[in-house]
Amino acid sequence: MEKEIIEHGLTYNRRRFLSSLSLGIGSIALGSLLIPDIFKGSQSDDVADFIPGLPMFAPKAKRVIYLFQNGAPSQLESFDYKPKLRDMWGQELPASVRQGQKLTGMTAGQSSFPLVGSYYDFKQYGESRAWISDLFPYTAKIVDDLCIVRSMYTEAINHDPALTFFQTGAQQGNRPSMGAWVSYGLGSENKNLPAFTVLLSKGKGNGQGVYSKLWTNGFLDSIHQGVQFSKGEDPVLYLSDPSGLNRHDRRKMLDEVSKLNHMSYEEFGDPEISAKIQQYEMAYRMQTAVPEVTDLSKEPDDIVKMYGPDCLVPGTYAANCLLARKLSENGVRFVQLYHQGWDQHGRLPPEMATQAKDTDQASAALVTDLKQRGLLDETLVIWGGEFGRTNYSQGKLEKDNYGRDHHPRCFSIWMAGGGIKPGIVYGETDDFGYNIVSNPVHVHDFQATVLNQLGLDHEKLIYKHLGRRYRLTDVSGKVVRDLIA
Amino acid sequence: MQKRLYYIIGLFIAIAALIYSCSWLEGDKNGEAEIPDEVSYNFDVRPILSDRCFACHGPDANKREAGLRLDIAEEAYKALKDNPQAHALVPGDPKLSEVYLRISTNDSTQLMPPPASNLKRLSDHEIAVIEKWIKQGAKYEKHWAFTPPKKAKLPEIDNTEWPRNEIDYFVLNLQEKKGLEPNPEADKERLLKRVSLDLTGLPPSLELQNSFLTDNSANAYEKVVDKLLGSKAYGEKMSLHWLDVARYADSHGYQDDNYRTQWPWRDWVIHAFNTNLSYDKFITWQLAGDLMPNATREQLLATGFNRNHKITEEGGVIDEEYRVEYVTDRTNTFGKALLGVTIECAHCHDHKYDPFSQKEYYSLFSFFNNVKEVGMESVVGGPETFAKKPLMQISNEEVKNVLTFINKPDTSKLIVSVMGDNPDSVRKTYVLNRGVYDQHGEQVTAGTPASIMPFNKKLPKNRLGLSMWLFDKNNPLTARVFVNQLWQEIFGKGIVKTSGDFGMQGELPSNPQLLDWLAVDFREHGWNIKRLVKQIVTSATYRQSAVVTKEKLAKDPDNVYLARGPRFRIQAEFVRDMVLASSGLLVKTIGGPSVKPYQPPGLWEAATSGRGLLTDYVQDHGPKLYRRGMYTLIKRTVPPPGMGIFDASNRDQCEVKRSTTNTPLQALIMMNDPAVLEASRVLAAKVLQEKTQTRDKLVKAFRMVVCRTPNDKELKVLTDYYAAQLQALKRNEAKCKELLSVGEYPVPEKLNIAQLAAMMQAVNVIYNLEETITKT
Repeated sequence: MEKEIIEHGLTYNRRRFLSSLSLGIGSIALGSLLIPDIFKGSQSDDVADFIPGLPMFAPKAKRVIYLFQNGAPSQLESFDYKPKLRDMWGQELPASVRQGQKLTGMTAGQSSFPLVGSYYDFKQYGESRAWISDLFPYTAKIVDDLCIVRSMYTEAINHDPALTFFQTGAQQGNRPSMGAWVSYGLGSENKNLPAFTVLLSKGKGNGQGVYSKLWTNGFLDSIHQGVQFSKGEDPVLYLSDPSGLNRHDRRKMLDEVSKLNHMSYEEFGDPEISAKIQQYEMAYRMQTAVPEVTDLSKEPDDIVKMYGPDCLVPGTYAANCLLARKLSENGVRFVQLYHQGWDQHGRLPPEMATQAKDTDQASAALVTDLKQRGLLDETLVIWGGEFGRTNYSQGKLEKDNYGRDHHPRCFSIWMAGGGIKPGIVYGETDDFGYNIVSNPVHVHDFQATVLNQLGLDHEKLIYKHLGRRYRLTDVSGKVVRDLIA
Repeated sequence: MQKRLYYIIGLFIAIAALIYSCSWLEGDKNGEAEIPDEVSYNFDVRPILSDRCFACHGPDANKREAGLRLDIAEEAYKALKDNPQAHALVPGDPKLSEVYLRISTNDSTQLMPPPASNLKRLSDHEIAVIEKWIKQGAKYEKHWAFTPPKKAKLPEIDNTEWPRNEIDYFVLNLQEKKGLEPNPEADKERLLKRVSLDLTGLPPSLELQNSFLTDNSANAYEKVVDKLLGSKAYGEKMSLHWLDVARYADSHGYQDDNYRTQWPWRDWVIHAFNTNLSYDKFITWQLAGDLMPNATREQLLATGFNRNHKITEEGGVIDEEYRVEYVTDRTNTFGKALLGVTIECAHCHDHKYDPFSQKEYYSLFSFFNNVKEVGMESVVGGPETFAKKPLMQISNEEVKNVLTFINKPDTSKLIVSVMGDNPDSVRKTYVLNRGVYDQHGEQVTAGTPASIMPFNKKLPKNRLGLSMWLFDKNNPLTARVFVNQLWQEIFGKGIVKTSGDFGMQGELPSNPQLLDWLAVDFREHGWNIKRLVKQIVTSATYRQSAVVTKEKLAKDPDNVYLARGPRFRIQAEFVRDMVLASSGLLVKTIGGPSVKPYQPPGLWEAATSGRGLLTDYVQDHGPKLYRRGMYTLIKRTVPPPGMGIFDASNRDQCEVKRSTTNTPLQALIMMNDPAVLEASRVLAAKVLQEKTQTRDKLVKAFRMVVCRTPNDKELKVLTDYYAAQLQALKRNEAKCKELLSVGEYPVPEKLNIAQLAAMMQAVNVIYNLEETITKT
């Protein structure tokens, strides 16, 4: 496949190539669909020494599946075990620990910051002996496939800027999303599916919205925009033919359109016309390819059992995980999931349990499923939210009830596959679960590492827009070598 | 293993091809093959220095390496700090100039830019340019865009028959130098479609087509232009670009993204263009309408421009952080939209390329920092939250008497966010270190970047004074930037291609004399927008055919020299307008609250926080389904999907240029969007109801949509297709009914459904032609 893509890329240098070599209309470009920027002379080749559409060095991962837990799941009830917080239940957060951390408007006015330990117990699992809370029994079982990072930190303390920061590398502004950068950097592996797809689901917990700017192409061409796959009849917008029109009718119709467009090309000689003809052909192929890949009904029982019964209910997190595997298997470079409902300012114990229940099994199943298929080596799976949560209770602390506010200074995520070291726990926070004491990983470091696994140097994956060179990692970020196998 | 081998082989092929294509491109770049006799700092040297050197040896004091700056002559001629025997530049002697030695060396420890910077090494050609420049004295010039434009006298040209107005002299002059010849004039049908789309965003009606085609008078075209300029749709067309610039939307943005009622401001923009408000007033009212002596209600409404930015309703945010964000947005918008500079780069540090210090950024910021506003006024709520203070309430009485252009459909309370400064005190403004809202540095007062034009101390230190500065006859940017944006909207790209960046890193004007002539002429004629538009569309340059021969395509692939007419896909909103107008469905109401036409289900619902008025998409019915694209409600976090696919702005920030892509998702819209299918059905019904031959029906439909008469070959494709469809559908009533079931517009009862379904398919083919949504 790769070779095919590259060669197709070569046949196409948008209008310049066509005009210089007088290639026929038919040879225009599949390449442009797959690697749209490969020959955009004005952009890439005078900016940096890389060729859009090709890795810069041998990649470990070819694809990414990013399970974004939107709203910010508490690290203290999942992967960062802090027994001391239980011991100190109800006592004030010492100022020496807080160190002037800015608080959100929701707790800034609180007169007391009572510490609260996890409502749920933790146990150690696997050869790595990683501590995992009882809320995540399935994840616990695959712990030796995971690299748990407990020392993530970010700069934002509110959802919108923090999410935007994670996805685009900047808190504000209309910058390209991580998936768009990857699409720009590597192009597509599949001529029938978009390179960057987005899947949304919603849990029952307190939720925060998601927004299309999280999967925006920003200033990159709109071909790099995340394409949302939804649960309805039309997995991709406007994909289905109208009722009454069958595939034969559509073929016939497109043939007529093509005939007329060819006549127009004869008259005008504008290469955009031939590009248009090719886009219609790709649309036609997508109409077949997408329903095939989104049809989960043919999955065998053992797979359904592994992901859980919800995976047959379209639009659930479990169904999206299964779909993510299929999309990835079919060459979609970047599959971005968002699961809402992780914003536990109050009622944390019951809400967190429900959220975990909705996601734990399928997340673990995805890793196992990829592994069984021999795909985990080349697929990087990421699980995590946009920031962490406070070690003290927001609102009144009760025996069975508490909440946690936003906390940017530390939180946990995990990664699996894609050349990331399995079975390790990286980074450490203090006994209060408030500050990082070893191996901090900034969001830009994380992004640099993800790009690195894909064979992209985050300092070279550049796009020049209005005179400035932009990167996903803005002006910072370093690859965390310790995480790499 | 095999995969890896493929990878390596592929890499080789790709690199080989890249080298080939680079060498090919090299020759293509304007004049790059030869070094000019007289090397120009502005046009030849600065682009190189700016792109490869200024990041570390430029205006940004904090990032400056070795204490060396190369953007200012005196600094570059000085002895080097690290090595006082040596000089970066020794005018006349490259071999003594460190700049030359360091860019041309093969010693990687000495080489500039350093390999680790990820900046590309200078090409041999670039090195030769620098060398010659130093030989010729290493003379610096002020950046072209920061020098006031002057009207050059019309250039001498050989083909004196061709020009229709001054524009053509400048255009032809360059063509003749490049050995190009202009195309002949476009045929009448294509020209009419082009000018109709450019002036109204709508295809010409059949009546207009007929009257123009039969009008053989010498000024037939000018008559059409005047008619279109006088139509109400002109204001709508012109507004769309301005709505992008002004990041207009119908929701507050950010987390919950609830509804806002900013649309009366949009109605004002349309009105302003239609009444041909001069550009200086158009901008002054928007920037400072509230500060004008005896400000009218209309002038106050115009200031909504500076309140169109996103406003948070997320509980728990730090108020000042967001207030600063709004002021930042205004400052950046001012820079990009009106000055065409990336002033926003000086938000966190001194600008790396342009001579704007961070202090100057905050001096400009200061003009917008005195608004009587807070960062978070309220969380998601009812109508009282649809605008944020300062705001104006618009009564029905006012709409009847004064603000008559506002299309207020009912008697409910209507509020709009507008500008209003603290009356008694001036909020102190500080440099914000690293751009962080609470990291106060030095205190600053209102001012403008000195390199553009210092702020005249006699002017009031407020937004009104800022407007006066903007329209001062010596301001080098204001007129150029607007003229360029307008040119871009008509020709597809500006004379300065980077319409948002006239600075060092921006592209140079492809025709500097033309840009300057137009800018000065525009100012000298009272900033008259309609006059400028007319000047452009009546030029011979504009009226050329868009046909491109292989030779021309090879010589000028990007049509920089305009030896052919513009040809590109129309913008998102106009795609919709074309479909509605050609089918007769378009409801021509102007303005009013935005509408919610057909949209695929579940988009808002899947992304919502569950709070506010815009959690579920409740589609409109009746006439609201058929309004122009610019009236479709824009919820910022989930903008209308079809629009984004056709490159519409998401209105997150000021945008001065849209891209024009060509993707399979666009094809899917034209194939399957119910709006297109419904239009196909309605237009099919319309032609079927006429007592004409099938052939004539298809000709008519084609003319309505493509705006020209099909040739025989095209018509044969369509008639054959229709006949085949009819044959098949005759036997399948159920299928016909299914095909016709799309859309809410009623199906006429008397028609034969097989004929209607077959004709609908034929019309749908016409809608899917490349030419249909292309300005040709």
